Amino acid sequence: MSPSKKFRPDVDAPDWGGKYFPYDIVKEGTVALVVVLILVLGLSWLFSSPDDKQQTLQTWSQADPVDFATTAFTELNGTSGVAGYGAPYNNGGGEQSAYFLHLQKWMGVRIPVNTANDFVLYPLSTLANNPPVTNALHVWASASNAQQAAWMTAYGAGTIAYANGVVTNSATGTGPLPVMINGLTAMARQGALAAQIIQGNGFYSTDYTKPALFLADGTYLENLARAQNLGGDQWGMMNETGSWPGQPWLWAYTTLYQIPPYSTSWGGNADVAVWLTMMIATVILALLPFIPGLRSIPRWVKVYRLIWREHYKSLK
Amino acid sequence: MSVDTEISRQWTTRVRKGVVDYLPPDKMLPDTQPNYVASWIYVFGVTTLAAMIIVIGTGCILAIEGPLWWHHSTLGHFVNSMHLWSCEIFFFAMVVHLWGKYFMAAWRGKRAMTWITGVVVFVTSIATAFTGYVSQTNFDSQWISTQAKDGINSTGAGAFWNVLNLGQMLMWHIVLLPIVATLLVALHVVLVRHRGVVPPFDEAAIKAAKSGTAPKEVAS
Repeated sequence: MSPSKKFRPDVDAPDWGGKYFPYDIVKEGTVALVVVLILVLGLSWLFSSPDDKQQTLQTWSQADPVDFATTAFTELNGTSGVAGYGAPYNNGGGEQSAYFLHLQKWMGVRIPVNTANDFVLYPLSTLANNPPVTNALHVWASASNAQQAAWMTAYGAGTIAYANGVVTNSATGTGPLPVMINGLTAMARQGALAAQIIQGNGFYSTDYTKPALFLADGTYLENLARAQNLGGDQWGMMNETGSWPGQPWLWAYTTLYQIPPYSTSWGGNADVAVWLTMMIATVILALLPFIPGLRSIPRWVKVYRLIWREHYKSLK
Repeated sequence: MSVDTEISRQWTTRVRKGVVDYLPPDKMLPDTQPNYVASWIYVFGVTTLAAMIIVIGTGCILAIEGPLWWHHSTLGHFVNSMHLWSCEIFFFAMVVHLWGKYFMAAWRGKRAMTWITGVVVFVTSIATAFTGYVSQTNFDSQWISTQAKDGINSTGAGAFWNVLNLGQMLMWHIVLLPIVATLLVALHVVLVRHRGVVPPFDEAAIKAAKSGTAPKEVAS
């Protein structure tokens, strides 16, 4: 500080003119490393770590074929969560926004997902030696949009059931849809569906966006998660399967999802509201040294007296 | 031009001189500390660093056999457990360190950049941990990624940073973010060593400043 400037207690700090004591910093680091390593080994030995088995389209369709078939139908008729999602997947129009900020929409469709084609029609078209499905797909493709819509309305009004390895629908006038939905469910139960949905990258793939979106559109995955208190309204973002600690450092982020207006009137745009709030909070935290008032709190609350109690005791 | 002049103008010479001037060896690895450095709170900075070393070490071991190894190997699962618990300790220590530094107002005395780099390290670490959680290739990663996509998509970032793309997330987790985090931590430590540990509030100087009798030459 130049001599002409006024002393600012929350900004300036005088250079230490007092005593020093011997301090072996390398020894301190080594001891810390050994102690933490022992602690980690002990915790790992005592508590291990969670590894709940992954779910697949096959396990889903085998455990809950009705949920699978119902979800598959919504993918076809465009009423599923992903079908109406909007950017970055499609033009479904479900993007979130905050006031004039339409960030999601502005970025556009960069990971295109056509749920009817990608999740239902294309996989069915790969079924060889299945004349009923091949014929049903032909009937579907040959029908007018109005006819397809009429079949889907009828199918949607009926009740989907599963018995003896077959998915049925109680409604009539559903055209080829029962064969198609049953064919897709059978394909999934045999474990042949996922590979056709992942398709597009040739032999190799490390991108599971499409099957993950399909899986998340059903209620099966969510039911499994909620049973372990992993739902968004169950503090799920900082929870972990079983009794393991999850990501407690996300407590502030998770808290916002539990409280109004994020959990009520902003519900439809809760994600963008929470993220914008956290971004602003992070910037404030980073720039705290420059924010009058906030940077003075440590001096006001005097917790520092506890931290440096030996120092202040020595001054007396 | 003489040889001495030529050497003094070398980029190499200038970089070496700059580095040594900014952080001489006795500042980088001091053998003494001011008397006020006597509190348990100082343990949490070095604990964070120690935990980070174990996080990186266990991550490297997991990388040797690939992302699926730990599902079917007892040893792999144990190493994964070490990765998890060192990560939990890392964050616990870092958060205590952060709160401790806040209550010390550790940005005082031209240490604002030290504080800022610390906050950026914290945020980068959260992103690193998150990409690890979505790369577990189990139920956890399926659930977390399918939920988290909504938040990230809502900001527009999801168009480029696809949390459902395992390959992309794994690369960020084991290459890009650890590099950034390590460089930021190194910068943070260099800044800490350059400026030294923030001294206690000078209550006498604060009192004097309030009464208008502060000695003008006190602080820097």
